[in-house]
Amino acid sequence: MIGGAQSRIAAAAGLAAVATLIVAPLFLRRYGLYLVSDWAVMTIAAMGLNLTLGYAGQVSLAQGAFVGVGAYSAAILTTHGWPFAAAMALALAVSFAVGWALGYPALRVRHHYLAFVTLAFSTLAFLVFRNEAWLTGGVEGIDGVPRPSLFGWSMRPPLAYAYFCLAALAFVAAAMAWLIRSPWGRSFLALRENPLRAQSLGVDTRRYTLLAFAIGSALGGAAGALYAPLVGLVEPPAFTLALSLNLLMMVIVGGSGYFLGPFLGALIAVMAPEWLRAWENYYLILYAVLVMGLLVVSPTGILGLIDRYALHRAAAEASAARAALKPSIEGP
Amino acid sequence: MANFVALLIAGLSTGALYALVAVGFTLMWQTSQTINFAQGEFVMLPAFFMLAAMNRGAPYWLALAVGVALSLAILGLAFKRLLVDPMLRHGVLPLAIATMALSSFLKESVKTFYSAEASPFPSPAPSSDLKVLGVAVSWQSLAGLIAALLAVTFLQLGLSRTRIGRQMQAAAQNPTVAQILGLPVERLILYAFLLNAALVALASALVSPIYLAKFSNGETLGQAAFIAAIVGGFNQVRGAVVGGLLLGVVENLGAAYISDAYRDAIPLFVLVVVILFRPNGLVGRAEERTV
Repeated sequence: MIGGAQSRIAAAAGLAAVATLIVAPLFLRRYGLYLVSDWAVMTIAAMGLNLTLGYAGQVSLAQGAFVGVGAYSAAILTTHGWPFAAAMALALAVSFAVGWALGYPALRVRHHYLAFVTLAFSTLAFLVFRNEAWLTGGVEGIDGVPRPSLFGWSMRPPLAYAYFCLAALAFVAAAMAWLIRSPWGRSFLALRENPLRAQSLGVDTRRYTLLAFAIGSALGGAAGALYAPLVGLVEPPAFTLALSLNLLMMVIVGGSGYFLGPFLGALIAVMAPEWLRAWENYYLILYAVLVMGLLVVSPTGILGLIDRYALHRAAAEASAARAALKPSIEGP
Repeated sequence: MANFVALLIAGLSTGALYALVAVGFTLMWQTSQTINFAQGEFVMLPAFFMLAAMNRGAPYWLALAVGVALSLAILGLAFKRLLVDPMLRHGVLPLAIATMALSSFLKESVKTFYSAEASPFPSPAPSSDLKVLGVAVSWQSLAGLIAALLAVTFLQLGLSRTRIGRQMQAAAQNPTVAQILGLPVERLILYAFLLNAALVALASALVSPIYLAKFSNGETLGQAAFIAAIVGGFNQVRGAVVGGLLLGVVENLGAAYISDAYRDAIPLFVLVVVILFRPNGLVGRAEERTV
């Protein structure tokens, strides 16, 4: 258990982080604002994957493809004059439905089959984006995706759009926090910890796993709907398997199964290439080695490592306290 | 009709290569529950060991031997000792994810340290064509087909007829009992990894003359091999062969008669149809769950 002092430190750190996110964009220039928006979008997609991977224990290799589905849905609707809200709704609905349709056959069998079905789906999605030029603009993609306006306020300036993405992230985070505390979320956890026991306690494991995957995919779609107006140009190479793997690594590095894991993982994935720019290609090699090393040491990522350290210290303190207490009990 | 025969032969030779890669994948799953997402990159890499040896003046056969040796040491021994052994205690999932990181490590390393371009790769088979049933078939793909089928047949015989092969099967089916009966389970698992390393090195030498050696070769090949393994039955060497051949043929026929643009998506459809109607694969058997 985490002690009172530690939870106070955690709360203070959380408040400081939120305050930084609110104030910092005011001092950033165009590229900095792009990075903040990108981080918010990637965090949303990674949170969806964390629901699938961290809570339901399923590997999805198609989260990047769902970001693509969302981005194309939003780009197609908004360039045809529909409002952003409709585009977001379509992105959510389409990626939820596709997730359900993919997960249904895969989860009927054995759980690691989902990894292979989603791997193959990520190829199919790329081919559809590239080949169906009448819908997706083919290789050239869709250019000039407009940014939405909110109550008459245009989200066109980078600062406004960064706040828009951060607000969306806050909303998704609140919804996710509610979801994992709800009976639904507890069922997700039960099925990660012990699927057979969950099943024998009456949790319909297949249904809940499928639901976790479909909701996770829908969040990927939502991230895509935010991504399209951010970059303005939606084209197939952005949504290959590389993006899916990148999102997976974010969840793993941050700490899968931890609420804050995706925030941390996305921060590292978005900022590390900026910090290590001088390393060029070596950076990707180094990143892969670090991920493997981290997995060997702690399969639950950086937050898992911190958690374990905190547990270890708490245990050490408790035994020190016991040791200090002992003489007084045995004393005169 | 002639066209159909040509497609069938092309499909079989692609399929035999898929089978070769899928067999090693299945072996590692059976013996140690390792799902190797870097299997495609394992096929991509040995060609570069061989090319590096040739660049230093080694003749073809020596380069081949060097490639197999390095692949045994790196993709067999080092992979097992450095990644699989320390990860296994964490369960199936973290190891599977670690192999994804490994796949991007191998790909980026080849791209950075060798070349981002496709390199031509020599083949001992003549580059001319052979007439079979009035159809022209290239010697190279025929050689690939024959070599892959021979390798798989020998492997199947070795696993079912020799003492070590039967011991490996025992260790895969029930490690605890195998251990109690005095089998060196750890060493038998290592043999499976070494076999896989040899198979991917062979596959690499067969594939690279046809597709050229390139850092990204593993992507489609690995995916096809996973799907071949599942389609056939994840827990059967025979299954991987059936799955590989079927996938190769369906892919070639589908690309010709249905849609070439969606060629790479054909495995997905085969996969979904199979797991909907034959969840344990075409020749697989149900695996008991452990509580």
